[in-house]
Order: sequence, then structure tokens, then C-alpha cells
Amino acid sequence: MIEIRNLSFVYPGGQPALNGINLTIKAGEKVAVVGPNGAGKSTLLLHLNGILGGSSAHGVGQVRVGGVEVNARSVRQVRARVGLVFQNPDDQLFSPTVFEDVAFGPLNMGLAVDEVRVRVERALSAVAMVGYEDRMPHHLSLGERKRVAIATVLSMEPDVLVLDEPSAGLDPRARRNLIALLRALPQTMLVATHDMRLVWALCPRTVVLDGGRVVADGATAELLTDKRLMERHGLEAPLEAFVTDAGCVAAEGSDGL
Amino acid sequence: MQHTALEPYRVANSLIHRLDARLKLLATLAFVLAATTLPPSAWGALALLSLVAVLLIVVSHTPPMMMLRRSLVALPFVGMIALTLPFTRDGQLLWGVQLGRRVLGITDLGLLSFVSMLVKGWLSVLVASLLVTTTPFPTLLQAMQALRVPKILILIISFMYRYLFVLVDEALCLQRARLARSAARSTGGSGGTLLWRIKVLGGMIGSLFIRSYARSERIYQAMLSRGYDGQWFAVAHFRWQPRDTWAGLLMGIGLVAVMVFGVCVR
Repeated sequence: MIEIRNLSFVYPGGQPALNGINLTIKAGEKVAVVGPNGAGKSTLLLHLNGILGGSSAHGVGQVRVGGVEVNARSVRQVRARVGLVFQNPDDQLFSPTVFEDVAFGPLNMGLAVDEVRVRVERALSAVAMVGYEDRMPHHLSLGERKRVAIATVLSMEPDVLVLDEPSAGLDPRARRNLIALLRALPQTMLVATHDMRLVWALCPRTVVLDGGRVVADGATAELLTDKRLMERHGLEAPLEAFVTDAGCVAAEGSDGL
Repeated sequence: MQHTALEPYRVANSLIHRLDARLKLLATLAFVLAATTLPPSAWGALALLSLVAVLLIVVSHTPPMMMLRRSLVALPFVGMIALTLPFTRDGQLLWGVQLGRRVLGITDLGLLSFVSMLVKGWLSVLVASLLVTTTPFPTLLQAMQALRVPKILILIISFMYRYLFVLVDEALCLQRARLARSAARSTGGSGGTLLWRIKVLGGMIGSLFIRSYARSERIYQAMLSRGYDGQWFAVAHFRWQPRDTWAGLLMGIGLVAVMVFGVCVR
């Protein structure tokens, strides 16, 4: 579904962000992207629907989505297939009402008004926010705004969901609801996060990014229990990783937890 | 955070609340136009116009004292603009000082036009605040769109409205962070010069500006990633009712009567 080949990117200020990224994600996979602050996670996500890269002179390499290379010509089709959810819902929700925001993507795709209404309804029911259509974003709680932010891309019916820090700032219940919601969605998913418990609960596969490179890529269960790998890249395994079904601590040297 | 003070709309279900937003917008514009074009000393017509405004407020079931408070907010600005009028109009000199070979003074006609401008400005603001009190802001934006107000204006107002609250929150956070560290020693007194304090405040304002700038970039990215290409589409759902026709006719006749009264009956 997503193929990234030799992707490098340098910000206009000269600050390098990505350094030869290679990554292939199959349809239906849910993949976590973890790594310390400044590892290039957000920069990578912005490449997936052509916000960065493409025609820019600051990058080299190739991103293909569903077999289509992301470039200036294809970028608008790619944006319909890849839904990007930003970390801060106040950036994502810029319309005066919830309805208008969820309708923004479908309207830009040129859909008929009746179809747009159907899609808004469907997207809002997928995130359990039906009935909030006429509410204003600043009147919603952070958890509600995060859900609406996801609905604003679901209404475009994308094949791929790309989420930046979806659980940041949520209280435990809102966080749990969000994880349940994301697990239930059928889309291919790429999630950049520091929330290792979310990684554990949602993504069978994890990619560790550091210094703009992929330093590890494999099964979440293996990578997260590799204490040295976690430590080297400023990460931390969640408690769940060391708890077996019997409920006892299985891993050696888990005293630090 | 909730900012009820910044949220003009009050939920209610009066006839005025239910009227088509397009009609309300047009009627408000017509009212303001009528108020501003009345001759300066058409007191009878101004009284009639005030009566129209009072009637509108009564029908809308909005608290009159609240409307009065809201309408008075803009009065100082109107006053500033009208301030030169008493000094610049010809007429009987009421009070004056000799400045070289010229006289700076207040004339009776000047004073009259000053007062009538104040009244006109106040009535206009009163009716405009009635509009935003009885119409949800998003609906008002949709009405502007339906009435073909230039898109760029609607977008500016829309973003202003959406991010006003976000910016106020950010400013409050900065202010709180400063307060939290504005301590004093037990010996009393506070340190730092006035200049330093001003510099700190300047830094806060600058930081708010930079944050807003960075935010605008992220918003634009969010718009792009959902297919924005410069076009802005909206789904407006206005349905013109018979009562809108009646209300529009009534308002039109009322305003024309005021104008005729003001121009012909002096």
C-alpha cells in the first residue's frame, strides 16, 4: 500500500530531518512509528500525502501510495486516499462547525451535496459523534475534538490513515476509547506516537526512527521487549510488554519498571 | 475553556431567532443605511427609528439591559469620530476661544449634528448586536456566503471567529505562566524596573504572534491534506418561509416610512 524508497529530506533552514528512509507497508497493516523527539516522525508523516517532498527541492527519494508515485500531478488523488490527522485538533478543525469541518474534504473532492451529507453522517457515527454536527469545535472537549478530527478524514473514505500523536493529552478513558475506535477501523494505519501502551495495544508492527533513519523495524512484541534497543533510542517499553497472561512479570531485569 | 463573554449568540426561540439569517443580515444593513443617511437634525425620524429598534428587541425576547450594555460598548468609538463635528460646522457660536485670527468654537448646528451622529451610531450598533445575539455565528457566515459576500472576507471572519478563542486561551496561559513566577520576597516589594516589565510583556506578545504564525502554517497543511486548492465550498441550508417575506416587507415599509418622514417632515 505504501512504499518509501531512499527518502531524504532537509528543511529549508538546512536542518536534516530524514536520511534514506526505506519502508514498505502492506494493505491493512497497523504500524507504529516511534522514536525520540526530533527523530523525523512528523516529517515522515507529512510526506505521505505530499505536504512535504514531491516537487520540493529539499528532498530526494520516492513515496508510492497504492502503486501511485506521489508527485505534483498525483498529489490531489493521493490526498483523497491518505487521511492525515494532525496532533493538535485545533489545527485540524478550522471550520466554525463540526459539520462544515467533516464536510470539508468531501466537498473538495467535488462530491454532490447529498453524498457529502451521507459521508459526514457515516464518519461521525464511526467516531460516535453523531448529534454534534452544529456544535462549534471550541465547545468540545479535547477527546471529542480528537474524534471529530479523525472523522474529518474518514469522511474522505481513505485507504490509509496517518495519525500524529493521537492519544497525546487525553485522559485515560478518552485514550482507551480512542484505541478501541482505531482498532475497529479497517484502514491501513501509520501512527507516530510516544504512547508505548497505545503501540502495544494497537500496532502489531513497529518502526523505530532515530536521527532521520529507520533503526529497527519488526514485530512490536519483539522490539518493545528489547530493553537495550529501547534505551538506546530514548524509549520505554510499557508494563504490558512484561506481563504474561498469567499476570506475572516474565522479562528479566524488569525491576526498573 | 469557555468564553461566554466572547460568544454573542444567546439561545432562544423568538420570531426574530427563527427568521432567515439572510433576511436578518439584509435588514440590519438596510437599518444601518437608513440611520446613516437620515439628515442630521431629523429628530422625529430618529425617534421613529429608535422605536423600530425597540420593537425589534421586544419581539426578540432578548434582555433589554444586556442589549443596552452591548450597544454602549461601541459608543466611545463613534464619539471619537464625531468629536470634530461640533467645531467644524457653521452656525451660532455657543462657546469659543480666540486662536490668533481664527476662532475655535462650538456651534449650535455642530452640537446638533454631533448628538445626532452619536444617536445614529448607537442605533446601528444596537441593531447589529441584535443580529449577532439572535443568529448563531456559523449561520451568519453561511448567510454571507448565500448573499455572495466575497469569499476572502468570509474566510477572514470565519478564521477570526474560530481562532479567537484559541488565541485567548494561549494568551491566558502566557499570562498565568508569568503570574506563577511573579513572586515577592517576604520583605515585601517587587524587583525589576518598569522598562524590564515592559520588555517582558513585549516578549509575551511576540511569542503569541510567533505561535499564531506557526499555527497558521499547520492549519494550512491540514487544509492541503484534505484537498484544499483555493476553492471553498459550503453546504448552506436556508429555507425561505412565508414569515420571512412578511417580516421583510414589514421592515422595508418601516424603514421607508422613517426615511420619508425624515426627508419631508422637518
